[in-house]
Amino acid sequence: MSGMSRVMLEVDGLSAWYGEARVLADVSLTVAPGEVVTLVGRNGAGKTTLLRSVMGLHHQVEGTVTFEGRDLRRVRADARAKAGIGWVPDDRGIYASLSVEENLTLPPVVSPGDAWSLERVYEQFPVLHERRAFPGTKLSGGEQQMLAMARVLRMGARLLLLDEPSEGLAPVIVQRIGEIIRQIKASGVAVLLVEQNVAFASTVADRHYLLAQGRVVESLDNETFQSRTTQLLEYLGI
Amino acid sequence: MSAFLQYTLQGLAAGGFYALAALGLAVIFGVLGVVNFSHGACYMLGAVASAVLLDTLGLSFWWALLVVPVLMFVFGVLMERLLVQWLLRLDPLYNFLLTFGITLVLVDLVKRRYGVSGLPYQLPPGLDGRVTVGSVSLSLYQVFVTLFAVLVCVAVWALLTQTRIGMIVRASTEDAERSRALGINVGRWVTPVFGFGIGLAGLSGVLAAPFRAITADMGSNFVIILFAVVVIGGLGSILGAVVAGFLVGLVEAYGQAYAPSFAQVLIFVLMALVVLVRPSGLFGREEAA
Ligand SMILES: Nc1ncnc2c1ncn2[C@@H]1O[C@H](COP(=O)(O)OP(=O)(O)OP(=O)(O)O)[C@@H](O)[C@H]1O
Ligand SMILES: [Mg+2]
Repeated sequence: MSGMSRVMLEVDGLSAWYGEARVLADVSLTVAPGEVVTLVGRNGAGKTTLLRSVMGLHHQVEGTVTFEGRDLRRVRADARAKAGIGWVPDDRGIYASLSVEENLTLPPVVSPGDAWSLERVYEQFPVLHERRAFPGTKLSGGEQQMLAMARVLRMGARLLLLDEPSEGLAPVIVQRIGEIIRQIKASGVAVLLVEQNVAFASTVADRHYLLAQGRVVESLDNETFQSRTTQLLEYLGI
Repeated sequence: MSAFLQYTLQGLAAGGFYALAALGLAVIFGVLGVVNFSHGACYMLGAVASAVLLDTLGLSFWWALLVVPVLMFVFGVLMERLLVQWLLRLDPLYNFLLTFGITLVLVDLVKRRYGVSGLPYQLPPGLDGRVTVGSVSLSLYQVFVTLFAVLVCVAVWALLTQTRIGMIVRASTEDAERSRALGINVGRWVTPVFGFGIGLAGLSGVLAAPFRAITADMGSNFVIILFAVVVIGGLGSILGAVVAGFLVGLVEAYGQAYAPSFAQVLIFVLMALVVLVRPSGLFGREEAA
């Protein structure tokens, strides 16, 4: 995983504030194509803020975010999405005023080669086809999570920012999400995954960053991560 | 019975003004995050413009119905480009204050130019009669306003639900930031949506012109009721704005008929009840509370 060409996302020296309060301090990380990288940390560690900063939704930031070699500092959120970054927010971000199908087709297709067709989405997620005319928020939590992920895949995103996709979902659904992540990873899509579910994280990820009080305190490969799970859980207090 | 039907029609006609204007207020709030206090003044300008166009150019009501909303759209576009856009990045309070200031300026300009007594405006020929349905005689103009307002609401509804632009506006109305993060250039729709919302306020004013006293102050009470409408319907809900508009029109009309001194109060009692039972309004999303 070395060499610039193998890096899709590079975050370098990123700090973020809410007013006077600094919630990210000098965070650096990389994600390569086809790589699944998790960001683990307890509540309030700054995980969501980091994803929002990468997406261009948080403006009180310093440091650089580079995507496929392009400096994103002056790039607005909508242009970042068009560049190929797909955001799946912690609340899933499904529109109540749009049908399931409209939720899927709202984002523009940003790279036709990578984008999933509507047929492919429906084939993978038959329940979305069944409920395509329903308001998006009439779906169950798990289905909304599928919809949120399918939405950015249909857009053709090459980097997915997933904010706690397993949160509050039944084990069987979490397993299904794991399958999808492995599948999109195999197609070369990169994933930056925020997780508190350490067991789940270790089944899908290649590498992990531990975030504590806005700082990256450790960077581990999955093997080390697995061998130290108990210790890490204790450290994180989760 | 006959009286009750007449009050109902009166309520629906007044509700038509509220529904159209509230629709404009709701899309502006949704897409720009701006609480447009000047909406009442724009409604007033619509009515004043109709009267002035008739007086100076002899343009009939029917022409006003066509021309005034377009003029108000242009007015809205200018207002957004010249003033509102500069404050969009700041706390929403700034644009609330700006549009409040715009209201004061507009009202005073109209007062200076046209005085404080009402401008005359006749019911348009052809609509000044009454229709008799069974034993009930109804004002033809009120029937027209009700039907026309419903028609425009349906047309706007179709635009919003059947077109891609409409889908983008609905999505951005619900959550503009999220739409941006999904690759929607929300900024591109800001100016047309603002103009469109002001155009609807103007249209509402044209419809009110033959029906209400046209004065510089006619919008100040109107805008307060509009805010009640939007709260009742649910902030950010387009359907809610329309339904609550007609509902408030009815409550007001029944109030004026059966409890004149409480007519205004009733609207706010309704608002308080709705907010108590459903803090996010009739059609608002629950989490928006
Ligand atoms: N809008 C805000 N205004 C002020 N402070 C905020 C805001 N949002 C988050 N914070 C603070 O910033 C810090 C980081 O929050 P963030 O949401 O990024 O954490 P997180 O790691 O995603 O937590 P969680 O696991 O609870 O989702 C927290 O201390 C939080 O209280
Ligand atoms: Mg979070």
